[in-house]
Amino acid sequence: MFNQGMSRRHFMSHAAMGGAAVLGASEFLGHLQLNAAEVSKNRKACILIWLGGGAPTIDMWDLKPGSKNGGEFKPISTAGDLQICEHLPGVAKQMDVLSVVRSMSTREADHMRGAYFMHSGYVPNPTVVHPTFGSVVSYEVGAKRKELEIPAFVSIGGGGMSPGFLGMSHAPFTVDAGGRIQNADAGSVDPARLNARLSMLGAIEDGFIKSDRGDAGQAHKDVYSKAVNLMKSDQMTAFKLDEEKPEVREAYGRGGFGDSMLMARRLVEKGVPFVEVNTLGGWDLHNDVFNALKTQKLPELDKGISALTADLKARGMMDDTVVICMGEFGRTPRINQNTGRDHWASSWSVLVGGGGLQGGRAIGETNADGDKIISESYLPGDLWATVAYALRIPLDTVHTSKRGRPMKIAGGGVPIKGLIS
Amino acid sequence: MKRAVIALMVCCGLCSVLTVPGFGADEKFTTGSSDPLITFVNEEIRKGWTDNEVKPSDVADDAEWVRRVYLDVVGHVPSGKAVEDFMKDKDPTKRSKLIETLLADSGYVRNFTTYWTNTLIGRETPDKTNRGALEKFLRESFAKNRPWHEITYDLLSSEGRFDDNGAVNYLLAQLQLNPDSDEYPVEATAKTARIFLGLQVQCTQCHNHPFNDWKQNQFWEFYSFFRQMERKDHEKYNATTGQMDDDYSELVQRDFGGAVNYETRAGLMQVAYPKYFSNELDRGSEVNRRLEFAKLVTKDDSTKLLAKAIVNRMWGHYFANGFTRPIDDMGPHNPASHPELLDRLTDEFIKSGYDLKQLTRWICNTEAYNLTSRFNDKNELDNPANGEVPLFSHMYVKPMQVEQLYESLLVATSADASGGGGTEAAQMQRERSADQFMRIFGGNDEEDPSTYSGTIPQALLMMNGDLVLKAISGEQGSYLVSVVNSPTFKKEPERIRALYLASLGRIPSGAEMKKLQEMMSKYPDKLSAYQDLYWSLLNSNEFIVNH
Repeated sequence: MFNQGMSRRHFMSHAAMGGAAVLGASEFLGHLQLNAAEVSKNRKACILIWLGGGAPTIDMWDLKPGSKNGGEFKPISTAGDLQICEHLPGVAKQMDVLSVVRSMSTREADHMRGAYFMHSGYVPNPTVVHPTFGSVVSYEVGAKRKELEIPAFVSIGGGGMSPGFLGMSHAPFTVDAGGRIQNADAGSVDPARLNARLSMLGAIEDGFIKSDRGDAGQAHKDVYSKAVNLMKSDQMTAFKLDEEKPEVREAYGRGGFGDSMLMARRLVEKGVPFVEVNTLGGWDLHNDVFNALKTQKLPELDKGISALTADLKARGMMDDTVVICMGEFGRTPRINQNTGRDHWASSWSVLVGGGGLQGGRAIGETNADGDKIISESYLPGDLWATVAYALRIPLDTVHTSKRGRPMKIAGGGVPIKGLIS
Repeated sequence: MKRAVIALMVCCGLCSVLTVPGFGADEKFTTGSSDPLITFVNEEIRKGWTDNEVKPSDVADDAEWVRRVYLDVVGHVPSGKAVEDFMKDKDPTKRSKLIETLLADSGYVRNFTTYWTNTLIGRETPDKTNRGALEKFLRESFAKNRPWHEITYDLLSSEGRFDDNGAVNYLLAQLQLNPDSDEYPVEATAKTARIFLGLQVQCTQCHNHPFNDWKQNQFWEFYSFFRQMERKDHEKYNATTGQMDDDYSELVQRDFGGAVNYETRAGLMQVAYPKYFSNELDRGSEVNRRLEFAKLVTKDDSTKLLAKAIVNRMWGHYFANGFTRPIDDMGPHNPASHPELLDRLTDEFIKSGYDLKQLTRWICNTEAYNLTSRFNDKNELDNPANGEVPLFSHMYVKPMQVEQLYESLLVATSADASGGGGTEAAQMQRERSADQFMRIFGGNDEEDPSTYSGTIPQALLMMNGDLVLKAISGEQGSYLVSVVNSPTFKKEPERIRALYLASLGRIPSGAEMKKLQEMMSKYPDKLSAYQDLYWSLLNSNEFIVNH
C-alpha cells in the first residue's frame, strides 16, 4: 500500500516552500480551506506532460559529467535523493515528490512508433489499434464519475493518439492552450433559441427511438445530451484561465505551455481523471541541442512543472495526482557533428511522481557514458501499470479488442517497485 | 426446388400487390428481378427464420428502402425529389430498376473507391503513400467494373512508381519499417490475408492460434511470399529551402531466395518457404514470389477464399453484418451463419467472372435487403448487436460513415449551390469543412461499422459547425430558402413535408406534423422556425442512421 505517513510528512515539510512560491503564505492557507471539499473526494488523476520529438533526457534527468557524452550541463542537488540538470532549478526544489526512472528501454526509435508505444504500452500491430492510456483511464475511471460533465480524457494540444478498440467515446477531447473547444460555442444562438431548437430535436429523436430499431437512436440522444450539458456546464470554467490571479499565471509562465499546465490543474480539480499536455513540442534536437535546451526548452519546462507541482501540493492534490513527463524516446548519448543528439530508445529517463507514488528517488541506473542500462530496465507498460496502481485501476483488468482478442491493461506491465514501495 | 419455380411464376404477375408493405409472410416478395439465384437466397434466409421460429419484419416501405439503397450503393441520401418520384412510380419492378440505375451512377464508383481506399490503407494516409493514385486506380477499375480477381491481382503483384501505378500504394502503405527488419513485410502479410482472404493470421506470427487451426509456420509461409518486395523512396533538392524534399516512392523487387527464419514460443528457430496451402513454390531467388502469390490467390484457387471473402464482406456492407463476425475472420473456428448460402453465392460469384456489380445486384434484390429495420414482437432475438447470430429477419441499422454523412449533408442542403458556391473562397471553405468532418467523424478505423458510437465533438460539429449553420443560414440558393420561398410549397405542411423528404427521406406522420406546427407557431418569425426545424432534422438520430 501507499506510505501515507511519508507523503504527509513530505507534504508538510515542503508545502510552505512550494506554496509560498506561487501564492504567498496567507493566500495559501485560504486555498487549503477552500479546497478541503474537493480534497475530501480524494479523486485520483494523472497529468501526462508530453515532450513531442523525444527529449534529451541525458541532459535533463540523468547527467553524465566527465563522460565524452556528458554535454555542457552540470548536475545540481535537489529536494530528493538525486541530482538533475542545473537548468531545471525550479523542478529541483520539487523533487521531494518526483522521481526519475533512469532505465527506460523502449526499442522503438521512430517518432510515430515510439509515441504509440509510450502512450499505449503496446508496440504497433498491423491489425489492432491499442488505446492510448488516457482512453484506458477514461474507460475505467471516467464512467464512475457521474458528476463530471467534461469528458474524462482531455488533451490540451491534441496529438492524434487513438482510443483504439475502446471506442471513440473515450477519444481524447482536444482543446488548445487557450481552452478553446471546437464548435462548443453556440455563437449567435441565444439560450432561449437553443432550448427551442433542442425541444424540436427531442420530438424528432423520440419518434425514431420509439420506432423499435435498436439502440442507436437512444445512444445518439445520449451523446447529444452530453454535448449540450458540456456547452451549458459550469465546469467549463475549468478552461477559463482568466479566473486565476495574475501572480498564479506568472508562476506557471505566460505561454502556451504554462497556460496548459494551469488548465490541467483546473481540470483535475473538476474531477477529470486524465489530462495530457502536449503544447511544448520541438524536442527533436538533432542540431544545437545545448543552446536550444538552455535558452528555450528547459526554462519553460522548469517553470511549468515546478509551478504545477507546488500548486498541487498547496491545494492538497499532490497525493491524488500522478504527474508524468516524457516523450516518445530519449536521445543518443553520443553527441553528433551538429552538436545535436539523435533518436535513442535503449537507455533513457522519465520523470514521474505524485498520486501517492514515491518521490525523490532515482530508479534504475545507466553506465558512466549513459549508453547502457546497468540495472533492471523498464517498458512503457511498467510505467502505465504504475499509474494504474496509483489510480486504483485493478492490474488484472483485461480489455477485449474488436476482434475478440484479450488485451492486458498497460501491455501486461508491472508496477515499478521503486515507485510504489 | 419446386417451391422456387412456383415462387418465380407467382411474382411475375402479382408484384404490384406484393411490394406493398405488410403483405403476409407466406407470400413471396420480389423486387422485380427474375434471377433464380435470388429465389435461392430468399429460401435459404427463410430457412433460418423457420428454424429459429422467427417472424420476419414487414417489407420496408418505399421511402425507407430508397434512402437505404442510395446510401449503400452511391454513398449519400436521395434528394427529396428522388424519394418522391420513387414513391409515385407505379412500376412493380421499380426496386430492381432503381438498383440498376444506381449501379450505373457515378456515385457507385465514388462510393466504392472511398470504401476500398479506406479498407486498403486506412483513412489516415500512411507516410510516403500516394492516396490519390490509389484512388485513381480503383476509380478506373470500378468504372469499368473490372473483375475482382483482376483488381486483386494488380494490388498484390504491381511494381513501380507510386504515381504511375496507383495499385502499388496498397503494399507501399504497409511498408513503413526499416527494410532490414524481420518485421518489414509482417503488416503486408497480415493485412493481405485479412482483407483479401478473410483470414486472421496475425496472432500466428508469434504462436499457434489458440482457437483456430492456423499454425505459426503458415504465417511465415505467407510472409515469405512478401519477402522480396521493398519500398524505395526518392528525394529531390529544393532550391528554395536548400533541403531535400520527398519526390516519389516506388515498390521494387529485391534479391531474396531460400528460407525465412522464425522463432517459436519455446525459443526454437524454424524455417519457412513460400507455400500457399498445398501449393509450394520453387525456393530459388529467380522466382518472383509475390507475382506467384497473386496468381495462386486469383486463379483457380480450390480454397475459393478470395471469392468467399469478398462475398462475405459485401454482404456485410449491405446488412451491417456478414455471415461471420467480424467479416474478415473466416474459418472452421468461426462458422458462418448461413454456410450453404455463402458457398452458393461464392460459386456463383466465381461463375459470374468475379463481377462486383452482379454481387451488389444479387444482394440488393433479396427479400432480406428489402425488409424494414423495425423489429417486430417475433424477431427481437435477431439482434447481432447483442452477439446473436444474424438471421436477417429485419434490416440492421448502420450509423453513416463519415463520407456518407458529408455527402448526404451536401445533398440535403444544396450547400454547393448556396452563397456563391463557385468561388475560390467557397471552394476553400468546403475543403476546410470536409477536413473537419474527416477528422472528427473519421478518426478510428477500429470502430465496428454496425454500432453507433458517437462522440461529443461530433455532436458539437453537427450542432454548431459551419456546414450545418450555413445550411440553415437563410442565404439564397440553399435548400432551406428554396423551400421557404417556393411557389410550389405554399402552405406550412407542404414545406415541412419537403424538408422531411430532403433530410429523412420520408413524409412526416400526422402526429409529427401536428406537434411540429404547434412548436413552430411559437416562433416570432417563420424563417427562424424553419431554420430550427431543419437544424433539428439534420441533427437527428434518424438522419445520421442508415436504416
